[in-house]
Amino acid sequence: MADPAQPRSLPDPVAAREWLQTMILIRRFEERAGEMYAKAKVGGFLHLAIGEEAAIVGCARALREDDYLISTYRSHGHTIARGSDPNAVMAELFGREGGLCRGRGGSMHMFDLEHRFMGGYGIVGGNLPIAAGFGLASDYLGTQDATLCTFGDGAINQGTFGETMNLAALWKLPVVFLVTNNQFGMGTALERHSANTDLQERGQSFGVPGMRCDGMDVVDTYEVCKEALAIARDERQPVLVEAVTYRFRGHSMADPEEYRTKEQVAEWRERDPIVTFADRLKAEGVIKDGDDEQMDADAVATVDAAVAFADASPFPAPESLYDDIYVLGDQLQGWYSVDERGAGVSRGEHLGK
Amino acid sequence: MSTTTKRTREALNDALREEMLRDETVFLMGEDIGVFNGAFKVTNGLLKEFGEQRVRDTPISENTIVGMGVGAAMTGLRPVVELMTINFSLLAMDQIVNHAASIHYMFGGQVKVPLVVRMPQGAGHQLGPTHSHSWEALYLHAPGLLVAVPSTPADAKGLLKSAIRDDNPVIFIEHEYLYGQRGEVPDDPDFTVDFGKAAIRREGTDVTIVGISRMAVTAARAAETLHSEHGISAEVIDPRTLRPLDLDTILDSVRKTNRCVIVEEGWPHGGVGANLAALIQEQAFDWLDAPIGRVTGADVPMPYSKPLEQIAFPHEPQVVEAVRALFGE
Ligand SMILES: Cc1ncc(C[n+]2csc(CCOP(=O)(O)OP(=O)(O)O)c2C)c(N)n1
Ligand SMILES: [Mg+2]
Repeated sequence: MADPAQPRSLPDPVAAREWLQTMILIRRFEERAGEMYAKAKVGGFLHLAIGEEAAIVGCARALREDDYLISTYRSHGHTIARGSDPNAVMAELFGREGGLCRGRGGSMHMFDLEHRFMGGYGIVGGNLPIAAGFGLASDYLGTQDATLCTFGDGAINQGTFGETMNLAALWKLPVVFLVTNNQFGMGTALERHSANTDLQERGQSFGVPGMRCDGMDVVDTYEVCKEALAIARDERQPVLVEAVTYRFRGHSMADPEEYRTKEQVAEWRERDPIVTFADRLKAEGVIKDGDDEQMDADAVATVDAAVAFADASPFPAPESLYDDIYVLGDQLQGWYSVDERGAGVSRGEHLGK
Repeated sequence: MSTTTKRTREALNDALREEMLRDETVFLMGEDIGVFNGAFKVTNGLLKEFGEQRVRDTPISENTIVGMGVGAAMTGLRPVVELMTINFSLLAMDQIVNHAASIHYMFGGQVKVPLVVRMPQGAGHQLGPTHSHSWEALYLHAPGLLVAVPSTPADAKGLLKSAIRDDNPVIFIEHEYLYGQRGEVPDDPDFTVDFGKAAIRREGTDVTIVGISRMAVTAARAAETLHSEHGISAEVIDPRTLRPLDLDTILDSVRKTNRCVIVEEGWPHGGVGANLAALIQEQAFDWLDAPIGRVTGADVPMPYSKPLEQIAFPHEPQVVEAVRALFGE
């Protein structure tokens, strides 16, 4: 982590502006998703990443185009940062056919193969071995692709963490594990769920070195992830990076937030990653007054369009219920599903055909 | 017997509190059950009342917290472990099936595992393919486990108290939809409901409908419609526990009505209904006037999108339709 008194230098102005623009877009997207949830356009559990934008954009920008990014149920921002169409992300939240996953997965289960966003996963800790599997494939196929896997401070206590660290180190896989330490696993504070709260250290005994970045600073996150990715890619050495950050909103939309004080939230909000980065860009002459307002207006327009798109996208047709359970092919003879939903019994796959 | 109207989550909370007051070896473990008061608020207020020794917030480590429950139970405590949903119980399947279920048997009866693992199941809240399933069939499959599937607040309370007092590992399956449902619950702190006793929710003469978990409620509603709109008199049975199973009550009913439909929310292959239909036809074949009907959830991972999710688990009209089909309607 860089010394706060001596921040790392900015990237080139085009990149710096794009990072700010993307962080603002994610913020506006998340806010609107929350509003759409209140209007019952979005259902289920909705986990917003407001406050974590620097941790998201910083790591996503450290990736090459062919690298893999894999995340959790809090991943609207990750997939957008990777290049997914915000229209399709919003439509997924709306449960529509035009969604990234045709409405099957919802907020917790984003996926965009084209942009190598390899998924948001609803099972805490479930994505870690999968990430190592991507690394295994890169190794096996001899490609230069690396994988970056984000997960939460709470997830570090799943058995999959230790098992994955060991295997990734043993097999020298090109994977960066980025623990997004937002101080809580749901309502359980870091020091109440972890005996060792120095999370970047937690891979060391497995042979996975640790690094830490300021997850409220997009530049620091970028630089540290870049360095970790270089080690993973070039030295075939997995790395654990801890991004220290904070979620400004509740864990999900149904969270009375009784486990933390308003003062603590206010303190962290002082370090809003978007405000601080915009201020810095102004101070260093990369943007001028008003530029960030224009970016904000653009983000709002993008989000407006996403809501309009999602609203216009049709719901999945009832007869599509059994689509995509299997990859269809010659081996799939006979009944592959049994529909017992009403009178009698039929083959699910024949629904509507 | 005096009663009070309660929601299921309150009835469960009462059961936990009463058993903790009654027996000092009863304690709770789970993710966010303390400071957060429980993902579904079942453990609301218990940390405050009993303190951190007996109400333990755990890290997100399902297999290990269930395993610690097994160990604590083997050495004399009565742990009640909460898992946030039945989907996450798959992470603890090893401790539940390889360990909790087998230990009494494989160690020749020397040691008991008086452990309760509570978890909610069920679709309808758009939680998608990693949070919404109904898997009582998975746990029914494993000998050594008791399995409870309460559908009313009173049963939830009475069965949970029995589960905590029992010396066997119990998989206690709650339902997300039922948490907010109200019903009359006896006030008597000694009120319990025995395992292995089905409840006849409604008497009838033409068909037996067996409803599991939330589907007991759906079946009862369907029976009303069958009666009022189709002149069919349905007997509705809620088995309440699947292990042990009150098969006799179900068989007696089928021998009386000569028809049977089994309703469950889970998947059809290897489902509770598949199992029960086999048991019924083996023992009451000569009494059956029609094939045993099944109404199950769709044979798919639970989709997120609301219209798809809604058609992926049974509602009253499908039950009505399945029953009428047995009468050639
Ligand atoms: C296996 C499993 N257990 C429990 C949950 C419920 N759950 C969802 S998110 C969460 C907290 C995770 O915290 P953390 O890993 O820090 O990620 P954050 O939500 O802070 O981004 C919990 C307990 C789950 N989804 N999967
Ligand atoms: Mg966290």
